[in-house]
Amino acid sequence: MTVLDVLSAALLVGGSLAVIAGGVGVLRLPDLYTRLHAAGVTDTLGALLILSGLAVHAGWSIVTVKLVLTLLLLWATSPVASHALARAAKAGGIEPLLHEARRG
Amino acid sequence: MIFAVAAFAILGTMGLALGRAFLGPTLFDRILAANMFGTKTVLLLAVIGFLDGRPEFLDIGLLYAMISFIGVIAVLRFYEIGRFSPVDEEDAS
Repeated sequence: MTVLDVLSAALLVGGSLAVIAGGVGVLRLPDLYTRLHAAGVTDTLGALLILSGLAVHAGWSIVTVKLVLTLLLLWATSPVASHALARAAKAGGIEPLLHEARRG
Repeated sequence: MIFAVAAFAILGTMGLALGRAFLGPTLFDRILAANMFGTKTVLLLAVIGFLDGRPEFLDIGLLYAMISFIGVIAVLRFYEIGRFSPVDEEDAS
């Protein structure tokens, strides 16, 4: 087991933890906008850790290029989808859950 | 071995997203869950490619990411302006 294997395994385990934390957040958090935040974590941090873990395992090849492309695509599209979702929800009349002191 | 662990973690997260899609309560929660399910599918495809030693799965993952993004944006646009065609000048207020 080389150093790169250990690094790859660590990245994959970290990515798995980030992904599971985001999944639990999506199920457990109280309103839409907080759930949006939890989903964003899995789409950016989880994808970064898991795909870079795979890239470390693959070494320098076309596979790594494809992994980087996938990561860049996810990074470009996921925040756009989150933003569009929040915008549509606000237009659809969903109000964020505020602390008592900030309720109008 | 480590790939199987990552694959099961992603599968578990997809199950949690399905739970949110089932519980709702609003339309947007379901779209959020579907969007998250789509991005997790991309990660799962990448990991499965390494699990089998067939990294060609990455191409499918790339394509799936694009299609799932277009789908989510299309549904949200449809909800926001009520139709798929562009808004006319006289209708825009």
